[in-house]
Amino acid sequence: MPIHLCNRLLDAAGEIILGKDRALRLAFACLLARGHLLLEDRPGVGKTTLAHVLARLLGLEFQRIQFTSDMLPADILGVSIFNQHDTAFRFHPGPVFCQLVLADEINRATPKTQSALLEAMEERQISAEGRTWPLPTPFFVIATQNPADQIGTFPLPESQLDRFLMRIALGYPDRAAERLLLAGEDRREVLASLRPALAPGELDTLFAAARQVHVAPRLLDYIQDLLAHSRESAGFSLGLSPRAGLALIAAARAWALLAGREHVLPEDVQAVLPAVAGHRLRAAGDAPASPEALVRSLIEAVPLRG
Amino acid sequence: MPDTPLRPDQCDWLIAVAVLTLLPHASHLPAGLSGICVLLLIWRGAIARGKGSMPGRWTLLALAVVLIGFVALEFRQVFGKEPGIALLAGLMSLKLLETNRVRDGRAVVLLSFFMQLGQFLYRQDMLIAALALSGSVASIAALSALQGAALDVGRRIRQAALLVLQGVPLMLVLFVLFPRVQGPLWGLPADAYNRSSGLSDTMAPGDMARVSQSAEIAFRASFEAPPPPSAERYWRGPVLTRFDGHVWRQIRTPLREMPAYQTQGTAYAYTLTLEPHNQRWLLALDFPAAAAGLRYTNDFQLLAREAVTARQRMNLVSYPATPVGLDESPLQLRLALALPPSGNPRTRALGEALKARAANPAAIPELAIAHFRQSGLAYTLEPPALGQDDVDSFLFDIRQGFCEHFAAAFVVTLRAAGVPARVVTGYQGGELNPIDGSFVIRQSDAHAWAEAWLPGRGWVRFDPTAASAPRRIDGGLAGALPDSVGVPLLVRTDLAWLRAVRDRVDALNNSWNQWVLGYNPARQQELLSSLGLGKNGLAELTALMAAASAVVMGGLMAWALRRRSTDDAIDRAWQLFCKRMAAAGLARLSWEGPVDFGRRISLARPDLALQVEAIVNDYTRLRYAPPPGDDAQLKRFQDSIKNFHAR
Repeated sequence: MPIHLCNRLLDAAGEIILGKDRALRLAFACLLARGHLLLEDRPGVGKTTLAHVLARLLGLEFQRIQFTSDMLPADILGVSIFNQHDTAFRFHPGPVFCQLVLADEINRATPKTQSALLEAMEERQISAEGRTWPLPTPFFVIATQNPADQIGTFPLPESQLDRFLMRIALGYPDRAAERLLLAGEDRREVLASLRPALAPGELDTLFAAARQVHVAPRLLDYIQDLLAHSRESAGFSLGLSPRAGLALIAAARAWALLAGREHVLPEDVQAVLPAVAGHRLRAAGDAPASPEALVRSLIEAVPLRG
Repeated sequence: MPDTPLRPDQCDWLIAVAVLTLLPHASHLPAGLSGICVLLLIWRGAIARGKGSMPGRWTLLALAVVLIGFVALEFRQVFGKEPGIALLAGLMSLKLLETNRVRDGRAVVLLSFFMQLGQFLYRQDMLIAALALSGSVASIAALSALQGAALDVGRRIRQAALLVLQGVPLMLVLFVLFPRVQGPLWGLPADAYNRSSGLSDTMAPGDMARVSQSAEIAFRASFEAPPPPSAERYWRGPVLTRFDGHVWRQIRTPLREMPAYQTQGTAYAYTLTLEPHNQRWLLALDFPAAAAGLRYTNDFQLLAREAVTARQRMNLVSYPATPVGLDESPLQLRLALALPPSGNPRTRALGEALKARAANPAAIPELAIAHFRQSGLAYTLEPPALGQDDVDSFLFDIRQGFCEHFAAAFVVTLRAAGVPARVVTGYQGGELNPIDGSFVIRQSDAHAWAEAWLPGRGWVRFDPTAASAPRRIDGGLAGALPDSVGVPLLVRTDLAWLRAVRDRVDALNNSWNQWVLGYNPARQQELLSSLGLGKNGLAELTALMAAASAVVMGGLMAWALRRRSTDDAIDRAWQLFCKRMAAAGLARLSWEGPVDFGRRISLARPDLALQVEAIVNDYTRLRYAPPPGDDAQLKRFQDSIKNFHAR
């Protein structure tokens, strides 16, 4: 059953986001693993469209927050305003109270504002005026940041990056996909006419199915080998945290589910590892290794028993 | 299940086993019986190929009666070793004709195992051991064919060989530690007595030449240090003093526990391995020092306490330079001067002439040697018949002879000249086997020489043959004869390759004899004490054997249990698959997952794609899907990999 749902999702998304099968699959896997997603790429490659498509297809409420340098935490979380009518402060929920939040250009906001969002992501609730307000379920944040634009930005520190399950880049479409894009109808119209691919409750079925994907002891061995190597090897200055390990398992499960399998294979782990570990690893010394190369070196350094 | 009909492959295995088992027996079975067996087996083979049906019960009964009748007629009885084996061979062939069920097939295999054993009743050399081993492997293969699914022949044989290999540790324990009884491993009383060649205790003209025709091995000697030169390698056998004009005989002397001489000069320590010759003489190198348990005669022979009926091995030390018989008894000297009252007048005259010419008696032997050399006597393996007086005829008329002619003529001449002398027979020289460094002394090395007693020097060896044909001593028999005609093929020196082959086979045989057939209680004790186990009684040996067997069995069992763990079974099969792919040039990268690996193989080798896909699918399921892994799936996975060949 879940495989039909997955295929339906992937097919529908693939019709709009052209030539980005792998990134789409990763994005879905990230959401099925109930993790937050960081999209890091140049403007105009379809980051926002991707977020829209995911929200639409999954049938989630969608809210976009454009981050700016003068933004305050309250602009995101919400604010308590004195209501003269019943002579009390009343909390007005901010845009974060939404199932899928697109935090556009998150690196434009000040660290203070960034951390307000990131704390909300982690806690899945908001504390204000001595009270807590739970965020809706499911709750996803898709944040984007522009790596090329460095002036006047506040890049997310490593500790905050760890809260994103995956970081992926979209990249430019290839020539054939771009041709289709250029020749086709307006994406915005297509997007507007997009209907949810899932019936109510089916998303919960998928979440449950992802959690039930089997992880064999041998696979846990392999994941532990990967974590251990990232910590012990001289090639990395910052190893993978236990949270990264959990993220890796969750992502690999979701990836296996999308492939219609009920058990995780080493290939699943290797497939999600660049997205899961790329933003968490730091190369030792000042070797300017790209995250992809770094993850590749990790994979190739850890033998798979068998 | 136990009584299912035979599959065609099982039937073929049984026929093959019968052929392999009966073939080595063909050399001692009556030809007629071998023929019957062949016919019966061909018949069964034809039935297996669908030509004709199995014979009925009455036909089989009639055939059995014919078979028993044939054996009874051939051997005049149906009991005993020969008729027993013959009967079993026939019945085994006959049994196949009523074998079309697995249960009967087992009976045939059982019988074939017994027949492997039966080969050793005739011979115990390495060839038989190899034949019995291959027969056993085939029998085990047939047994496993009866038990399991059809398998290709190569794998079946490998499997059986592996089983046999697993039995080797236990076999070694039993061989080394099983309490030994005196005697050879398989010796039957008849074995030693049918030996016809070899020295005898009498010598007449032509006797030594006849012995020399045989290339059979008399004994082997391996020296610990450099061996003595060929001219000193005289291996003493019977000493012949009494002469009746034609035949030389021994005189009876009392036996001593110690030699009657004081050893002197260079010592040569060596190990003598004597082939059984059913006589007591031990053919030691002159002159052996005292050794426990052996006897010494007054004429310096070394004797065993009993006739040598089994291959015997002993460690001896000899001192060739020892002076012997310095104070010889007058009786001995008188016997060594005796000549028959009449006969050989010309030789007697020669002796007296030499005596007259010699300044003193001690010079006489040298004069005689010189005379022999001058008279142009020819050394030949095929001496013509001699006239009335043997010695006269040889020395003065025919002038051709073999060593016994030379020795006899020399001794008679000396006696006529008043010098005590006697004939010594034995072996001379021997050939060094470069492979294991031991000397091989064959019957063709049999020799006769002379000893003369000189005052103040005792018994001194003279070899008149060497005087006339010096190469006999330096180059062996084949080197001394004008051409190699009449020399046994194996003794010829001109065929280098043949000698090399012979040396190699002989070295191998020697170790086999020493360590397998000659593994007797003494050897066992020797081996155990060299392992630090000291003196062992029967009880200790049994306990030791039980303990060692338990260790071996425990080890094998632990190994089997370890191998049985499913986890390892999956890994092992997968590793085998990876190994085969690596051999085909597609090695799995250390970090490469199974699916990626399979995909890479399918791209490089589309011909394997289907097979590899199935294997990878099974592997990932067994390895990564939730347990319990299905046993049938594991079996299928293992089988698919065993049957997988990338070439």
